[in-house]
Amino acid sequence: MSSGQQADGKPFMTRPVYIVDGSRTPFIKARSGPGPFTPVDLAVQCGRPLLARQPFAPNAFDQVILGCVNVIADEMNPARVAALRLGMGEAMVAFTVQINCGSGMQSIDTGYRYIREGNADLILAGGAEALSHAPLVWPQNGVRWFAGLAMAKGVLGKVAAIAKARPAYFKPIIGLERGLTDPITDLNMGQTAEKVGHLFGITRAQADAYAVESHTRLAHAQEQGWLKGEVETAFDRKGNFYDHDDGVRADSSVDKLATLKPVFERPWGQVTAGNSSQITDGASWTILASEDAVAKHGLTPKAVIIDSQWSALDPSIMGLGPVLSSNDLLKRNNMTIQDIETWELNEAFATQVLGCLAAWKDEKFCREVLGLDGAAGEIDRTRLNVDGGAISLGHPVGTSGNRIVLHLVNAMKRLGTKRGIATECIGGGLGGAMLIETV
Amino acid sequence: MDSKIMDVLKDRVLELGPAPDTSGAYRHFKLTRDADGIAWLLFDRADASANTLSAVVLEEFDQVLNALEAQRPTGIVVRSAKSSGFIAGADVNEFRGASDPSEVETQISRAHAVIDRFEALKIPTVAVIHGFCLGGGLEVALACQMRIAIDGARFGFPEVMLGLHPGLGGTARFTHLVNPMQAMPLMLTGKTIDARKAKAIGLVDAVTEERHVRNAVRDAVFGKLKRAKPSALIPIMNFSPVRGILASRMVAEAGKAAPREHYPAPYALIELWEKHGGDRAAMLNAEKASFARLMVTPTAQNLIRVFFLREQMKKLAGDGNTIKHIHVIGAGAMGGDIAAWCAHQDIRVTLADMKPAPIAGAMKRAADLYSKIIRKRTDQRDTLDRLIPDMDGEGVRNADLIIEAVSEKLELKQKVYAGIEPRMKPDAILATNTSSIPLQDLRSTLARPERLLGLHFFNPVSRLQLVEVVSHDGVDAEMLRKATAFAGAIDRLPLSVRSSPGFLVNRALTPYMLEAMMLMEEKVDKETIDAAAEQFGMPMGPIELADQVGLDICLAVGDMLRSKFGDLLPPTPAWLREKVNKGELGKKTGKGFYTWRDGKAEKSSSAVATARPTQEMIDRLVLPMSNVCVACLREGIVDNPDVVDGAMIFGTGYAPFRGGPLNYARTRGTENITATLRTLAARFGDRFAPDAGWETFK
Repeated sequence: MSSGQQADGKPFMTRPVYIVDGSRTPFIKARSGPGPFTPVDLAVQCGRPLLARQPFAPNAFDQVILGCVNVIADEMNPARVAALRLGMGEAMVAFTVQINCGSGMQSIDTGYRYIREGNADLILAGGAEALSHAPLVWPQNGVRWFAGLAMAKGVLGKVAAIAKARPAYFKPIIGLERGLTDPITDLNMGQTAEKVGHLFGITRAQADAYAVESHTRLAHAQEQGWLKGEVETAFDRKGNFYDHDDGVRADSSVDKLATLKPVFERPWGQVTAGNSSQITDGASWTILASEDAVAKHGLTPKAVIIDSQWSALDPSIMGLGPVLSSNDLLKRNNMTIQDIETWELNEAFATQVLGCLAAWKDEKFCREVLGLDGAAGEIDRTRLNVDGGAISLGHPVGTSGNRIVLHLVNAMKRLGTKRGIATECIGGGLGGAMLIETV
Repeated sequence: MDSKIMDVLKDRVLELGPAPDTSGAYRHFKLTRDADGIAWLLFDRADASANTLSAVVLEEFDQVLNALEAQRPTGIVVRSAKSSGFIAGADVNEFRGASDPSEVETQISRAHAVIDRFEALKIPTVAVIHGFCLGGGLEVALACQMRIAIDGARFGFPEVMLGLHPGLGGTARFTHLVNPMQAMPLMLTGKTIDARKAKAIGLVDAVTEERHVRNAVRDAVFGKLKRAKPSALIPIMNFSPVRGILASRMVAEAGKAAPREHYPAPYALIELWEKHGGDRAAMLNAEKASFARLMVTPTAQNLIRVFFLREQMKKLAGDGNTIKHIHVIGAGAMGGDIAAWCAHQDIRVTLADMKPAPIAGAMKRAADLYSKIIRKRTDQRDTLDRLIPDMDGEGVRNADLIIEAVSEKLELKQKVYAGIEPRMKPDAILATNTSSIPLQDLRSTLARPERLLGLHFFNPVSRLQLVEVVSHDGVDAEMLRKATAFAGAIDRLPLSVRSSPGFLVNRALTPYMLEAMMLMEEKVDKETIDAAAEQFGMPMGPIELADQVGLDICLAVGDMLRSKFGDLLPPTPAWLREKVNKGELGKKTGKGFYTWRDGKAEKSSSAVATARPTQEMIDRLVLPMSNVCVACLREGIVDNPDVVDGAMIFGTGYAPFRGGPLNYARTRGTENITATLRTLAARFGDRFAPDAGWETFK
């Protein structure tokens, strides 16, 4: 145990925080209508086998923290609902965190700080999202009309209120579409990717080639059984089971992707459904433990969290968030991108990932934005998203940040690498990054 | 949910009115008055965890009525002070051994007088009902002017299960409060309903929570409670010509479920209503004699005996269950259904299988079962959450009990044991659901064989209550005790058996099914064979049963038993083996002896109509069961003849009104049984030779 400094200069304890285990559901592609599981269902599906394999009882945790963006009406504070449904007991403190696409990492970051500062020893930190359950939203003027109707007194009053209806009031908006639009700039996330691509000269062909590689890498990892222990089979009530990320297309090719039309900016845009992350449902958990908890329960740490960082930027170029947050993180730890052997950089859009890589090679950008002496350099593709990413397996918004940390740990264990960063861009103009080392 | 806080506060849950005086005047009741002058009459039967009605209790109730009349309150609340519920029914002990109908009638008339007197009080009376309100308990509630149910209460008339109908005025009061087309089926089937349904049919006036009982009672007493509106159909349904038509329809319906010659009670109830439904007072009066007549029938006395057999087996289970987490290996038909049942009984269950498909199937069956037996969607969800698919077998390390339900192959089971034994907690129990492999063989590769025992469930697990708890000479006695208590804790009835081929139930049942196949070889059609068994009183004939159990399992158990007992069993026919090889395994594959559609065997209606089973056929089917039960007693595989009867009833559905295979033999006369067996042996072979145990059987 050592001590660090709070923002005001006062010292606090800094204890090592270990990632000891974790699991996730397969990411299930949203097809027609709501999928088989709600966010909490998903959290329960992968939480149960994870808890079952621990040498301690489910009520041994100090708290549960869950990232979730699209909380459904039946599951307010999904962290607490999940904790109770997982049999963690009436006394289990649980809260939900939300920083949009970084929520699943924010849960780990929050738990990390609790443990580091000596306030907890064992925390279950996760992310859960069922994008296929995103509600239909009624237009505000329609909601006002309905409220007026409900308030109207007497038959005549009701008739008068009904008469005020306009067809537009009844045209529901898909909540997800609003959720994926930045409220400040009114740009859809896909549009921000178009912008980043433009600023760094990313071509459609490059983006499609990146997307194909994401699919082939995931397909290979699935085939090799590298996701075993990370992905837990989920079972619904109807006799179906889900045992793999079903958005993967092992036969994806540049030629096929080239036929797709842009979805966000027609007709000349280059962000297509094929080179964007998929809309999916999924949940993920990691178990964070202090040294005391490791000793008490006889746990085997897989990795230790060294540091974490949130950074912010213009929402219209949110895709560059990883560059900013990773840069801040590396600087504080006296490292450069070359010191990082394995990267998980969330694949919101191929254009956006490639934009980040280009930014690190961009001398002007590195000098004037990142405050470096020159270009940071190249992140080799062999170090980046080694088993695919959100383009092939999907991007359940509140879950992805958790998944990339969990998978980074597992991938590093397999590759025998020491140091890694998991980082993501965050709608609204943020970036999150976490530095970990294998143990 | 387990809650330490609610454990501390649990005494505050029931709203019992003002705190009663500890030195009350009564043994089974407490009587207090609140500030509004409302009397709170709390029923709290001494030395019992649940309230039941007995002659003594009703006598004391009569004294309470004296006190209430002497000092008239503004209203009377009747409720139970037991957390278990309102009143579970009559004290069935008082029904045992009744043989003189006039004596029964005298006793029941005395009870009627007390209830009638209570009903006649010119004071507002309110029953506040939580938990179980059954039989006589419901009849007390019906004698109140108003009924308030606490959410979660259950109502019903289970008398028909004892070969009776309601006898404390329930037949008349219920059919005049609630539409007889809803009231009669409840009394005829013995099914229970929940508080919401009770409100919907007009049985209770309100459904609320404990926290509102005081206000609800005040409203009831002071005329402000919105009463259930009696259905306008009641007088029409109770109008004589309508009654006649409806009654004949009810008789037809009852005939499908329970033939009159075996189960007279439903018919007596229908007749009672048909004759007297138009006149409540006459019906109240006629009910006494009808009830008394039923009480002395062999059916009622046998069913009452079965009731006590169940109680006896529950007691044998013992309490103090320590098993909170079980790990089931093998998600096939048995493993999956055992897992689902245990999760329903509040046990945390990990269900392991090598492949996801069987687990997915088990989860679907569980979800389907829960949607039928669990009303609240949140409870269904929580139950499914407790049933944890476990692809990696990780549940072993934390489980208190492991139930192995993999295929019946010795090497496979031993391989499974080798994998799990090192990971088990030191005090965890290893149970096998084997029906055919001796535990002596299974234990041979174990490092700690004393932890192995058998927990043999029956299919369908959710309906057949028996579990054979199988021991062997090296078993740890404490583990056996824990496993037995576990069986009780999951609402199953344990039967202690020594490990021996087929244990009790399969050994007794196999000759029944194989003999049926012999009859088929003799060209008797299968509908006739099943009709023979049904005529005896079995809920299902042996051919249909074989299909339900699975022909592969019948064959395997048959082969195993024949290898041990040889020609004491009928041979397994060659065509049975062919059928199994062809994959025609019965209900589970949609085709066995019958074709199965929507879970039902398709029987030829002409064959059913013309079936004329003979007494010899019936004897060939059922007497070997009694014969094997006697053999098992003689061999010391089981030690208690009463429990053997219970096991055959709760494990196979053996005609309950016969009281079990041994009771049947006793009733028919052991001389007659052995003589008949000898005659059959002379004609059909030594498999019918009476066991030596008959000589000492009493």
